[in-house]
Amino acid sequence: MPLVKQGRLTTDLFVHVADGAELPGDGAVLVTAERFLADPEALLRRAGKVGVIWPNNRNLDDLVPHLDRLASVALVFPTFRDGRAYSQARLLRERYGYDGELRATGQILRDQFVFMTRAGFDAFEVKKDADADAFAQTVKRYSVFYQPTGDGRVTALNRRMQLRHSESAGQ
Amino acid sequence: MYAYDELDRTLINERVSEFRDQVKRRLSGELTEDEFKILRLQNGVYLQLHAYMFRVAIPYGTLSSKQLRRLAHVARRYDRGYGHFTTRQNIQFNWIKLAELPDALADLAEVGIHAMQTSGNNMRNVTSDQWAGVAPGEIEDPRIWSEIIRQHTTLHPEFSFLPRKFKIAITAAEHDRAAIKIHDIGLRLHKNADGETGFEVLVGGGLGRTPFIAKTIKPFVSGRDILGYIEAILRVYNQYGRRDNIYKARIKILVHELGIEKFAKEVDEEWKAMGDVGLTLDHTAIEEVRSRFSYPAYEKLPHMPDELKQAAHDKLFERWRKNSVSAHKVQGYSIVTLSLKPVGGPPGDATAEQMDAVADLADKYSFGEIRVGHEQNLALPHVAKRDLPALFKALDRLGLATPNVNLVTDIIACPGLDYCSLANARSIPIAQELTRRFANHDTADLIGRLHINISGCINACGHHHVGHIGILGVEKNGEEFYQITIGGRADENAQLGTLIGPAVPYAEVADVIEDIVEAYLALRDRPEELFVDTVKRLGVEPIRERVYATR
Amino acid sequence: MTSPLEQKKIRITGPSVVTANRTWDGAVVYRTAKQGWSTELADSAVVSTSDDARALLAEATADDVGAVGPYIAPVELKDGGNVKPGNLREQIRAKGVTIDLQVPA
Repeated sequence: MPLVKQGRLTTDLFVHVADGAELPGDGAVLVTAERFLADPEALLRRAGKVGVIWPNNRNLDDLVPHLDRLASVALVFPTFRDGRAYSQARLLRERYGYDGELRATGQILRDQFVFMTRAGFDAFEVKKDADADAFAQTVKRYSVFYQPTGDGRVTALNRRMQLRHSESAGQ
Repeated sequence: MYAYDELDRTLINERVSEFRDQVKRRLSGELTEDEFKILRLQNGVYLQLHAYMFRVAIPYGTLSSKQLRRLAHVARRYDRGYGHFTTRQNIQFNWIKLAELPDALADLAEVGIHAMQTSGNNMRNVTSDQWAGVAPGEIEDPRIWSEIIRQHTTLHPEFSFLPRKFKIAITAAEHDRAAIKIHDIGLRLHKNADGETGFEVLVGGGLGRTPFIAKTIKPFVSGRDILGYIEAILRVYNQYGRRDNIYKARIKILVHELGIEKFAKEVDEEWKAMGDVGLTLDHTAIEEVRSRFSYPAYEKLPHMPDELKQAAHDKLFERWRKNSVSAHKVQGYSIVTLSLKPVGGPPGDATAEQMDAVADLADKYSFGEIRVGHEQNLALPHVAKRDLPALFKALDRLGLATPNVNLVTDIIACPGLDYCSLANARSIPIAQELTRRFANHDTADLIGRLHINISGCINACGHHHVGHIGILGVEKNGEEFYQITIGGRADENAQLGTLIGPAVPYAEVADVIEDIVEAYLALRDRPEELFVDTVKRLGVEPIRERVYATR
Repeated sequence: MTSPLEQKKIRITGPSVVTANRTWDGAVVYRTAKQGWSTELADSAVVSTSDDARALLAEATADDVGAVGPYIAPVELKDGGNVKPGNLREQIRAKGVTIDLQVPA
C-alpha cells in the first residue's frame, strides 16, 4: 500500500505485525493497541522503533503515558465516513503534545487529505495509487481556513484582524 | 447584510474547483458512487426520484436582491424554472444535472452563495430568526453569532464526518421563530444578571423517527466562550455518538441514552480540558465580524403616514396588512411577510419570475434585502409604511399577497413522494387540497393561528411532530395513509403533538382535518383561544371523539 | 412505499424491471436487455423470476459509471405487452410529479 509522508510517496519502514505473529528481531514495527498494552516495556526494549495502531473507539488515556517513546501512532478509519480519528489526532497533537509520526490508516480518500493534515496527520496509508500521486496538489487546494487547529495555519478571522491592524498602523 | 471579503470568496471558489474535480472524477469512473456520495452530499447534492436535487444554503435566511436574482438564474438556466424554499433556510432545485452542477455552483459563488454542508453528516446551515436585526425587543442581531458559527463550522477539519447531520439554530427574540428546540444545538441569546450577553445552550432536539425537544445543557455561556463550548459538545458527540445504527446516530439519542446531566458533565470536562485553543472570542474579534454587517440608513418617518390612512378603506389591503405586516424596531417601517402558500399551490415554491420580481421589489422597497423563514415564506425586512399600499398591489399581481400567514393554509410541507426518494406518501397534493378547503380567507381568519405541518415519511422534514396539526404519510399495503397528531408546537413552548386516531387514507385526510378544525371551533371557549391552547386545555380526547365518532 | 433503497433480499412476486438514475444528469433510466440503459420503460428488460432479477440487478450494479442506485421495481404487463409502472412511486418516476408545478399567480 502506498505510504505518503512529507508530501511524497515513501517506502514504509514499519512492518504491520499481526497479533500472535512473531516479532522481527529488529526493524520498525506497528502493533495493535492490545498487543502493545499487554507488555509495553518488552516492546519498547527491543531494537527498532515501535508504533501502535490505536482503534478509534478506544479512549486515549492508556496511550498517553507512552507517547514520548513511540515512533508512530496509527489512527484508524474503518470507513471514510467514520470521523472519530480526527478528534483523536487533534487531541494527540494539541492536548498531549505528541510530535512523532501520526499515521492515517484504513479507508482514506484524497478528498480528505486537507482535513487530515489540519488535524495533525503527517503519514497516510493511501489505498489508491492515483490518490497518493495527487497528494501534493490536493493538500494545496485550500488557502483559507476558518478554524484554528494545531497545524498553526492562520485563520481567516486572524488574518482579517492583522490586516485591519496593519492598515490602521499605516495611517 | 454580511459582506463577503476576499477570503470568503477565495474559500468558496476553492470549494467550487474542488467539486468540479470531484464531479469530473465521478463521471470518468475514477470515483465510485459509494465514494462520491459523501462528497456530493457535502455540496448539497442528493439523488431524488426524478433527478439530482441541489440544496443551496441561505445562511440565517438573509439574501440580497442580487443573490435572489442569481437563484432565479440557476432555476432558469440549470433547472425547470422554479425552486423550493425549505424549513431550514435553504432553497432546493429539483432537476439539476450533475454534469452542470459545477457551473451552477460557480455562478452562485460569484454572488457569495454556496451549498457547502447543506447535506451530509456534518454541520448544516446555521439558521436564525428571519426577522433578525429588525424585530423589536431583540437582545442583539443574532446573525453576527450565526455568521461566527457559520465560519467556524464550515469545512471543519475535525467535525466533517460526524455520526450524523448536525443542525444549529439561534434566536435573540422572546418569541422563537427559529425553532431552536428542535435542533441539535439551540442557542438563545440573552443577558445574564451582570448584563453580559451570552447564550442559553440547548442540546439534543430533533424530529425524525425518535423526536425529542432539546434540553438546556447550560443556562449561560458567554459570547466569548461560545465557540469553545460548541466545540466541546461536538467533540463528545463525534467520539461517543452511535455509528452502528443510522436511526440512533443523532446527538439527541446520545443525550437521551446518557441523560442530560451525564452528557453535560462529559461536555464540561472536555471544555475544561480544552484550555485556550484559540477559540475565545475577544471584543475585537466579535467586532470584526459585526463590522462586516451593514444596516440600512433608515429615514425618520411618521408612525402613521398618509398613504396608510388612505389605503385603510381598501378591505383587501387591510386584510393583507393585518395578516402579513409586522412591527419593525424602527418607527415608520414594517416587516412584510410574502406568503409562498397560494391557494392550490405547492408550499414554499417560487418561480424564477417571482424571484426576480421579489428582488426588484426588495430594491425598490426594502434596501435590497430579502429574508427566508423556516415556515417556507419570504420576507421584506425594511419596508417604509408609506410604501405598503404600493407593495401590496405589486405582490398581489405576483401571487405573493395571500393573506394567510400563520393561518390554516400557511402549510409547511416537505416535497414528499412527488420528489423524494425517501418518502412513503405524497405531501404536496395534501397541502394543495387543504388550501382549497380553507380557501375562504374570512373562515381562515375566524379559525385564527393554526399551523399544519405535513411530512411524507418518518424523517419529518415537514416537522409534523411540532405542527399544531401534524400529518405524517405512511405506507400500508402499498397505499398512502396518514397519521394525524394535534397539539404540537415549534416555538419557545415547543411540544410534540399527540396522535388523534388511526391513520386515514389519502382521500380522507382533508375531511378529517376539516372535522378537527370544526371540533376546535365548537370547543374553544372564546374566539381568541388558539387551536393549540384549546388542545392544551382539553386534551386530545374531546376532539378525537368528535372527529372519529362517525368514522 | 417502502424505499427500494432499503432493498436487501431479492424476491420478486411478479414482473419486474431494474431502474436507476443516470449518472451525468440523474434522469430515470431502465435496464435494457442489451446491457444498456433507456429512459423509456417500454425498452426495459422485464424479468419474472427472482434469479433473473438478481442477475439483471448484478449486471446493472456493475455499471457504476452509467447509472446510480439500481434497484428492482415492480411493473404491470398490460394486454399487447405494454409495460406499466407497478406502484405509485414508480408511476411518479415514470410520468413526473402528480401536482401542477406552476405556482398560480
